[in-house]
Amino acid sequence: MNLAEGVQVVSFSLLSLMMLGSALGVVLVSNIVYSAFLLGGVFISMAGLYLLLNADFVATAQVLIYVGAVNVLILFAIMLVNKRQDFAPVPRAWIRRAATGLVCVGLFLLLATMVVVTPWAVSTQVAAGNSAIVAIGKHFFNDFLLPFELASVLLLMALIGAVILARRELIPEQPTAPAQPPALMLPERPRELVSAGASRSAQK
Amino acid sequence: MLQLQFFLLLAAALFCIGIYGLITSRNAVRVLMSIELMLNAVNLNLMAFSNYLDPQTVKGQVFTTFVIAIAAAEAAVGLAIVLAIYRNRDTVDMEQFNLLKW
Repeated sequence: MNLAEGVQVVSFSLLSLMMLGSALGVVLVSNIVYSAFLLGGVFISMAGLYLLLNADFVATAQVLIYVGAVNVLILFAIMLVNKRQDFAPVPRAWIRRAATGLVCVGLFLLLATMVVVTPWAVSTQVAAGNSAIVAIGKHFFNDFLLPFELASVLLLMALIGAVILARRELIPEQPTAPAQPPALMLPERPRELVSAGASRSAQK
Repeated sequence: MLQLQFFLLLAAALFCIGIYGLITSRNAVRVLMSIELMLNAVNLNLMAFSNYLDPQTVKGQVFTTFVIAIAAAEAAVGLAIVLAIYRNRDTVDMEQFNLLKW
């Protein structure tokens, strides 16, 4: 094992440990603000794994879109719905949790068996590397042109839909009554009418 | 040397963690976060296949880019729905979103 492979293995182990730990934290930590920041950790380590897979463009897009947009959006949503309430306990919640854990472990074992048993036809070609971004651009404008344009339409629809869903239904017709002045202030003396020529400073 | 199986196992583990969080969490925002985890697991699968099985015509990376775009749209619409439900029901507890249940 030469130096490059050693670096790859070590960084893969570090990134996968970081990613699995952060993902478990997202699911299990009770404070949801910590969960949101741990989700950012998952996204960052996922970008590192993409770099290990010779995909620098997608790693950049991951950092920009997931960490920069989705995570910030989730943090804003947490701020908007931040209601510190303790959820009412559901009877027999542990059965649900145990059954879900069992199903998840079983699914993982199934997938792991499939992954290990299947003889993958690993290609021996050299990875595209830096020319991958050119290849992605050619794909976008040749054989994936229709999905590309549909994705832009979908983003526009999601934008408009999110605005319509999240806006308030009722705008109050008249603003609420002005607050009463604090009791410590003296009531204002009624103003006497001044003649038109008088300066306003003489009123005080 | 890194192998394809490592990435696939990692993606499977992340997907299962996402399913667990999706079913057991009671905060609606955490459910959305679990969905993001599952989408990331799928992305990792696509990227691993793209690197190991199809390294020259990188179609997996194109798919991953599409999935990222759709995940961004999904996050925006999902959080808007959570906000609307929160205004309606005054809670984010998934157990109380039972308007359509019997």
